[in-house]
Formats: sequence, C-alpha cells, structure tokens
Amino acid sequence: MQMTDYKPKIVAFCCNWCSYAGADLAGNNRLSYPAEVKIIRVPCSCRVNPTFILRAFQRGADGVIICGCHPGDCHYTSGNYFARRRMALLFSMLDYLGIERERTRVEWVSAAEGAKFAATMNDFVSTVAALGENRRLEDLRCKK
Amino acid sequence: MQKITEDLARRRAAELMRAGEISCLLGWKKGEFDYDVEPTVFYTPEEVERELVCNVFSAANLSKYLISLTRKAEGRVGILLKPCDSFSFNQLLTEHRFDRERVYALGLPCEGTVDTFLLKERVGEGIYSIKIKDGALEVETLSGEVKEIPLSEVYAERCLVCKSRRPVAYDEMLGEVTPDADEDRFAQVEKLESMTAEERYAFWQGELSRCIRCNACRNVCPACSCERCVFDNPTSGVETKAPSEDSFEEKMFHIIRAFHVAGRCTDCGECSRVCPERIPLHLLNRKFIKDINSFYGDYTAGAEVGSRAPLVSYTKDDPEPGQGGQK
Amino acid sequence: MKRCPLSRLEDLFAALAESYKLYIPTDGEKGSSFTLWSEGAEISRRLNTARPPKDFFFPQSEDLMGFKTHGQTVELVDLRTEKEDFALFGVRACDAESLNILDRVFLSEPGDSYYASRREKGVIFTLACNKPAETCFCTAFGIDPSRPGGDVSCIECGEYLYLEPLTQKGEAALERLSAVTEDCDSAEAEPQREKIAKTVSRLPLADLSTEGFGEGKTDELFSDERWAELSRCCIGCGSCTFVCPTCQCYDIKDFKNGSGVVRYRCWDSCMYSDFTKMSAGQPRTDQTSRFRQRFMHKLVYFPENNDGVFGCVGCGRCVAKCPVSMNIVKVMRTLGGKKDE
Repeated sequence: MQMTDYKPKIVAFCCNWCSYAGADLAGNNRLSYPAEVKIIRVPCSCRVNPTFILRAFQRGADGVIICGCHPGDCHYTSGNYFARRRMALLFSMLDYLGIERERTRVEWVSAAEGAKFAATMNDFVSTVAALGENRRLEDLRCKK
Repeated sequence: MQKITEDLARRRAAELMRAGEISCLLGWKKGEFDYDVEPTVFYTPEEVERELVCNVFSAANLSKYLISLTRKAEGRVGILLKPCDSFSFNQLLTEHRFDRERVYALGLPCEGTVDTFLLKERVGEGIYSIKIKDGALEVETLSGEVKEIPLSEVYAERCLVCKSRRPVAYDEMLGEVTPDADEDRFAQVEKLESMTAEERYAFWQGELSRCIRCNACRNVCPACSCERCVFDNPTSGVETKAPSEDSFEEKMFHIIRAFHVAGRCTDCGECSRVCPERIPLHLLNRKFIKDINSFYGDYTAGAEVGSRAPLVSYTKDDPEPGQGGQK
Repeated sequence: MKRCPLSRLEDLFAALAESYKLYIPTDGEKGSSFTLWSEGAEISRRLNTARPPKDFFFPQSEDLMGFKTHGQTVELVDLRTEKEDFALFGVRACDAESLNILDRVFLSEPGDSYYASRREKGVIFTLACNKPAETCFCTAFGIDPSRPGGDVSCIECGEYLYLEPLTQKGEAALERLSAVTEDCDSAEAEPQREKIAKTVSRLPLADLSTEGFGEGKTDELFSDERWAELSRCCIGCGSCTFVCPTCQCYDIKDFKNGSGVVRYRCWDSCMYSDFTKMSAGQPRTDQTSRFRQRFMHKLVYFPENNDGVFGCVGCGRCVAKCPVSMNIVKVMRTLGGKKDE
C-alpha cells in the first residue's frame, strides 16, 4: 500500500451543543480539515454507545473520535463526565485486545473552538494514516 | 470438613423447610457422575436430606435463579451461598432484581471448587467414581485404577485467586469462614498488559475465534439479568448466533458484554467456567475491574448493597480517556 | 483388510496428504480439534475432539449468495467456496454415524447442494475407541465403538493400525496408501474389538436405553408433566446444540454490508428466544417448551420421520459441556425405561 494515496476513513461523533458547532465554526472560518472525517451529530457525547464505535470500525472506519463539550460545560450538566468514564474504560479495553490505541480518541471542543476542531482533525487523520488500514476490528463481510 | 458442612446444610435446610421458614431451597444435587453436580430446587425436606450436595463440585453460582424463583415460589426461598456467590447476591439486590424479604440465605464456607476440565485432564481417562478426602480426590478410573489427586492441582483458577472468602450476605452462616486465597487475581491481566499490542491481538484472536456463540457466558452471568438482551433482538443488527470470518461478531459480543457488566461484575468467574471452548472470558471482566480500581479508586461490586457503580457516577477530575489513567 | 505399523503412522499421513487435504485431531491446551496435518503433527490422545467434525460439512456459518445493486438492476453473486478433496482421520464411531443422520436431512429431496458437495469431497477415516469416556453412551443407539463406520474403518491393535474400506470412496483412498500398508487377516484386530466391548459394557451409562422413545410416542411424551422439572435449571444457552454432532437446525439471514447484501446460513438453536420466530412471534415462549423441543426432536420426532432412527449418537459432548448438567441422559433416564426393565 502506498502511504501517499491512502486516505483513512474517520468517524467523528460530535455533540450537538459544542463540538458540532465547533465544526461549523471551522467551516465558517474556512479552516480546512480532511474530507475523510465523517461527522455524526449526537445529542451529547454520552449518547455514544460502545456499539456505535465498534460498528464504525466494522463498517470500515480506520479511526473513531468523540468530541464533546469541555468537562463542566455539558449542556446536560454531566453527560460528558459519564462519557469520559465510559470511553476511558472502553479505549483501555480496546488497547488490551491489541487494537491500536491511536485509532480512538476523545477531544473536548467548544462551540468557539473552530480552530481547535480543525487542528484536532488534521492531527487525528495523520496519526491514523500512519497506522494504515484497520485490520484488527474489520469485518470481512463488508468487503464482499 | 466438607462432609461436616454438607451434613449441617442438609440438617438446617430441612429444619427450615419443616418449620415453614422456607418453601423451597436452591441448592445442588449429584448429576450423572460424582463430579457432575447440578443446580436444583428442592421442595421437600426429605429431598434435601437425601440429595443436597455441598462439596468442591458445587461450582454453579445459584444467585441468578432467585430472580425467577422468587417470582414463582410462594413464601420464602432458601438459598445456599458460597462467599463469591454472596457478592452476586448483593449485586442483584442493588439492582432490585429480587426482594430480600423473600429470601433466606444460608452462607457456606468455601475453600475452592474443582475445575472438572483440569481434573479430567489430570486423570487422563474416563472417571468412574470420586471420593473426596482431606485435601485430595481419590479417583477410580474406568480401567479400575485408583489415583489420588491433590485438590490444589485441580482447583479452578477463579478459586486460587478468589477475591474474598468472607461472605458478604447471609441470614445464617454454616460453619467457619475460611482464610482468603493469597494469589494476586490481576497477575494474568498484568501479564497480558505487558505484551505488545501485536501479541495481545494474537492472543485474543486465538481465544475469541474459538467462540461458538452459544451464549452460555451471558446466560449464566448474574450481572447479565436483562429480560431481553440486545443480542437477542434480531432487528438490532448485532448477531446472536453466527460467528463471522475474522471474528468481528465475537469481538463485538464479548467487548459489549464485558462493558455492559463493567462495574457490576463481581468476578465470580462463571463465564469462564461454563465456556465450552474454555475461553478465559473473565480476563476481560477483570481488566475492567483493574482499570476501575486504578482510575476511580477501589471498588468491589456486590461488597455492599446499594453502592453506586463506577459507571453511573463521576468526579470532576477523572482521568482523561486514552491516557492509561493519567489525570 | 489392510494394516500399517503404528510406527509408520506419520508415513501414512504423509501419503494421505499427497492426495487430500488431511485433517487429524490434535491436542491443544484447551481440548482437541481437527487441524490441518503438517509434518510432525501428533494425533490426539484424548478420546474425542471438543467439537464434532460436523463443521466440515455443515459449517456454523456460511455464505450462500450475495446481492449487489447497480442502479435499477440487482446482480446475484455466487459466494460459495468449494472445498478441495479432503480427508478426516480419526473420526469416532458416534461422529461417523452422526453424518448419516445429517445425510437424511440434507440429502433427501430436495438435496442441499452446499452440503452434498462437501460430503462428496470428504473421505472419512474412522477410528475405534480404545479408551471410551464415562460420558459415552453410543451403544444405546446401536453404535459399536469398536466397528466405526465412515469410508475407511480403522482400529489400533497391538503394533498395528488396521484399515478396512467400507465404501468405494474408501477403497480408492486405501489404494493410494499401498506403499505404507499391507494385506492382512481381518481376524487380527478381533482381540482389540473384544477388549473394547468389555470396556464399553462397564461404562456408567451402559444401561441407558431408548425404551419408551421413538415412533408414536409424541402424544404421551409431549404432555408429560416432568418436562417442567427437568428443565427448571436450564439457563437457555446453546452449548448443547452447538457441540452436538447431529443438531441440524439453521437460520438464513441477510447481512447488509453497505454495498449490497450477503445472504448466509448459520446454525440455530432451539434454546434461543428467536428460534423459528415468525411474524406472529415465537411459538415456544418458555424455556420448558424449548427444552422439550430439543429432546422430543432427537428422541421422538426424528425417528417418527426417519424410519425409527434416533437423532442422537451418544457422543456425550452435551453431557460434558452443559453448564448446569442438564442433558439427554437425564431426560432418557427420567422419561424412558431402563434396559433391564
């Protein structure tokens, strides 16, 4: 595989109140981030169920990132605190199963942080691109 | 020792039944073979006196049966609880899965249960009968040979690293509490953690690819007490019964299951005991327990009734994901 | 009959592997399984493999076909993977018989071409059970563990492995082994067969009988009240069905993979809540009726539809694997009669 041609598929779960607005702001400010990032809007970062993440990998994602409001700023007061615990445990488990830990990430992005959103996505895409295709959580049936 | 406990359990349970304190008893009885001890419900004191078995083969955790039995049975349900089962008992109570008033729990001392697979491997041929002696099993094989096998060689792994032999729930304790096991229960998890990602992947791929999706681990698990599991919902898009090439479905199932019981799993080890393919599933649960302890402070599910599980609470300065617990 | 010195077993495997993909049972830390033979691989010393050889003919899940859409048209894709000629060595008498039971299901008209092609391509070398386990009860179903079926029936006796072809396919396979085998008298293996018969008669489950089951017993057994008690502690997992060499129920499902659909077939278990689920729901709503279905199928419905042949071969896997020791032996003991009665 030639690294230069390879474009990883990234799924970004963004909370409706902060990170999705942050992504919007990045767009309004014409900050560029790779088109391989597919954003899925969720009401809150704690809406992200572990099955969503595994399902994304099954369906061909090479990396999954979850973005939510900064701790303390959750629209629902505490959603992101719960998400933080869940993802800390889940990512540690994926690492334990030998799935590269760089393929998953949580980042707190506020509605005012368009620049941070773009920078985060650029960084995450290049990290995942360096890892190459996701082979450890792939479902071969999706390639038939 | 075991015989004394068994006699005591038979006597007390029968007494309670005759006095009308309990209407039935969740216990164990001998199956087809000496090592094949099965969970059962006794309804008469005579059955209890004749058939109740409490020994190193009484491995099944009975607490989950309380959910359905307390709904069906009249009066109070008696149950025999090994120390590890008492944690599951408390956890089920915490989750309001049965009514404590409807149960009378008899606590049993425990020194460990036998892993029958290990025993069969150790004996190496068909087993005709087994006599339990102090610290050893006297096994008569099909060829007529008699072999003495030290119990220490055939104890289940979960018993060698048992978290506590101090029962946390009972109405009445039968016998003396036995001393705790002294082996570190996280040693195996640490060994895996110290491997490279490639090695860990190879290890789990090898283990999980043997999964036949029989769901025994889920169905036996006292923490898996959902009336309807997401994996049984044909429209959920997750597979119930078919393993997939490259084992994606198996990984999905076991990760999600372990995650679902994270913070509620009492590490009773039933999942690994019942696995027909001997996949060390408890190592998934134990990883979560270890992480929870190190990220959020020590927590033992089922140690007390009503405690708040780590995944339904938080603190403002919890460690960030992906940092291995660093704040 | 042919024989091959046990010391030359490796050569026999090598000769077989020249013409077939050869699978033999090998020992792993967690049990035995059929694995592809390679030089130096040692044959398992355990009685039997953890999983039956059923997978080779009727795998737990297999793709049947695929659909791909191109605008207004749908393309059908053939996803079947054809097996090469293969040989299984060391199949036990019970498992060999289980294939005859599967044949009745899959080869009767209309035949199942997926199964049939694998059956055609596979040659089965069976091996007599010199050391049966306490969980064995094949004799209850009229199987003789000292005379296993299959294409070539083998038995170890003294210093030799004796091979007897039972089918044309078996004869053809044996012809390719002429360099490592020699002709011999069929009586030579008799002492071992007698020894096995003696061991088998002393097995703890030797008294098990099919008395009380079979054709015409549906009404009587279906409404028996003891099913509730028998199934009381069943946890409803599928261990028994998925380790069973004769369980043949399956489900056909579609997997949407983003670019089309993969239609696959997978084993199903009558213990599961979505078994035979229809638009009106699942006909067996409680565990007792699911439990009853499993054993009624093996002991009553199957013989009813198949000239009295039972749907169990007594391999004992469910006896060994059930998490809570519910099994067919218990059902037969409770609802049936004993040999001597």
